[in-house]
Amino acid sequence: MDNAKKIDLAPRKSMMQESRGDRIFHAIMIALTITTFIVIIYPLWFVVIASISNSDLVNQGKVTILPVDIRFYGFQQIMKDSRIWLGYRNTLIYVVFGTILNMIITMPAAYALSRPDFKARNPVMMYFVFTMYFSGGLVPTYMVVNKLGLINTPWILIIMVALNTYNLIIARTFIQNTIPNDLYESAMLDGANHFTIFWHIVLPLSKAIIAVEILYYAVFHWNDYFNALIYTSGAEVQPLQMVLRRILLQNEAFASGNGGVQGGYAQSSADQVKYAVIIVSTVPILLVYPFVQKYFEKGVMIGAVKG
Amino acid sequence: MSKDRTTLSAAGPKRGIVGQFLHDWQLWLMLLPAIVYIFIFCYMPMYGVQLAFRKYDFAKGIYGGEWMGLTYFKQYFTGPMFKTTVVNTFVIAVTSILFSFPAPIVLALIINQVRQERWKRTVQTVVYIPYFISTVVLVSMLNVLFAQKGGVLSDLLKTLGLVPQKANLLGQKQYFVWMYVFSGVWQGMGWNSIIYLAALSGVDPSLHEAAKIDGANALQRVIHVEFPALVPTIMILLIMNMGSILNVGFDKVFLMQNTLNKNVSEVISTYVYHLMAPTTGAPQFSLATAVGLFTNVVNFGFLMIGNFISKRITGTGLM
Repeated sequence: MDNAKKIDLAPRKSMMQESRGDRIFHAIMIALTITTFIVIIYPLWFVVIASISNSDLVNQGKVTILPVDIRFYGFQQIMKDSRIWLGYRNTLIYVVFGTILNMIITMPAAYALSRPDFKARNPVMMYFVFTMYFSGGLVPTYMVVNKLGLINTPWILIIMVALNTYNLIIARTFIQNTIPNDLYESAMLDGANHFTIFWHIVLPLSKAIIAVEILYYAVFHWNDYFNALIYTSGAEVQPLQMVLRRILLQNEAFASGNGGVQGGYAQSSADQVKYAVIIVSTVPILLVYPFVQKYFEKGVMIGAVKG
Repeated sequence: MSKDRTTLSAAGPKRGIVGQFLHDWQLWLMLLPAIVYIFIFCYMPMYGVQLAFRKYDFAKGIYGGEWMGLTYFKQYFTGPMFKTTVVNTFVIAVTSILFSFPAPIVLALIINQVRQERWKRTVQTVVYIPYFISTVVLVSMLNVLFAQKGGVLSDLLKTLGLVPQKANLLGQKQYFVWMYVFSGVWQGMGWNSIIYLAALSGVDPSLHEAAKIDGANALQRVIHVEFPALVPTIMILLIMNMGSILNVGFDKVFLMQNTLNKNVSEVISTYVYHLMAPTTGAPQFSLATAVGLFTNVVNFGFLMIGNFISKRITGTGLM
């Protein structure tokens, strides 16, 4: 026991011997991480406290560290707002079905491109990579979508970005680097075909990259407003981000322009609603992250470093 | 059985193109949805690029209008918006890269020095959060936090004397680029540091030990051991960034635009959108396509230049 303890202490002791300069250096590093921490978290924290504080006090700059005169008017207003819930429903549909479609297209393609014995691998890869750096542009793409009859339908927001080439590359790199070739060969000798290998060997061993891909795609769908802006116009198909844009940004000019005329109460209520909307629309996607975090670093590391 | 066995060897028997295709049919089937999708949504629009050389004719479709040659390019290059949009795009892109590109590298190096595991985890988790915030929400946050009256962060900057008391950070055009760039750093720094942290975790500990024995202090080890380990990753990401220098994100610029800052905020991508969906008047589809094609060609050129330089200097490149 005693011996084991001594061995355990040895590296710690060597750390304590470091020079004064190194200790100062590490103290500076800690100070810098604390600064970064505050810079990142404070704007977020402010939104939280402003969403439950008296808006008049917020506007006077009296709410800075902790909420003051707590009230939940903003959240109550949101609960009653049908626009937000319709947007929410649409976004959930696009996130769920969009991401499922993304995975169905990305993973098999990544597997095929990871096979060294696939002769056409390089030309097919070029076919995909070329589109990362060259595109038809906005108008020709719009024309194609229009021709397909997809303008202002929910379908366009599900299939518009059905495959992201960058995500395809990291999935391919991951499969190529993590799954040992012997495993394929022995499966092949047992008479397995590519479909069986993909389903029974590759997918179960690729949980980390699947988590990363789901996260990338789901966050994209949740936050995307560009495609909705270009390809949809009706409120009944528009996602949450378009509703947010109307509430938060287009209303903004109105409120600041006529604030004085409107009177204090309406003005400050509108402000509390804004902060609350930000929270309600951001928290769900933040909640996804802890579930995939476990796999995340591994997935990003292997998928991207050699990308 | 024996036939199956022969197909396994990498060299394999010699097959014609058709034979190879039949041999790999399962793989082709797995690629099919991706190939079809890319064909429809990426290559078909590329074919539609000819609209840049044609008059848009509603009845005859994109490929049927009268051939105009370079008329629309000339119209853009000689028009008043050419200089404005190109200058704005470059100013925003270059300033962004100058700050957004090094920030995650520095952050990763700093986080990597922290030995208190719990604090390290906490910092990492927190710096990732802004990545999940949508552009719409980010711009709304800028609008409330930096409001001229009662904006908690604009008040802070004024108290610290970093901006004049009367500054209107959202309205005055000289602040537009800084608001754009620093909100981008705030949002992307943590997330983009992941890849560098991953590269740092791959540094062989014996290199550190060797440097210590040679008398290198902590800072010297960062400069001579850790930073060089990041160089290949840095080069690849830098080239990829160069390839999209004119693709200054439509999303954020468009949402941050207002009548006050328009002459510094109108970039090529927002100009294309405004040509296609003007608030007044008829859409100018051909001109919009020509401007888009111009962006593409310039981007491609930058990508090639970046790739060439990187290959010359470091030996790493994309192609």
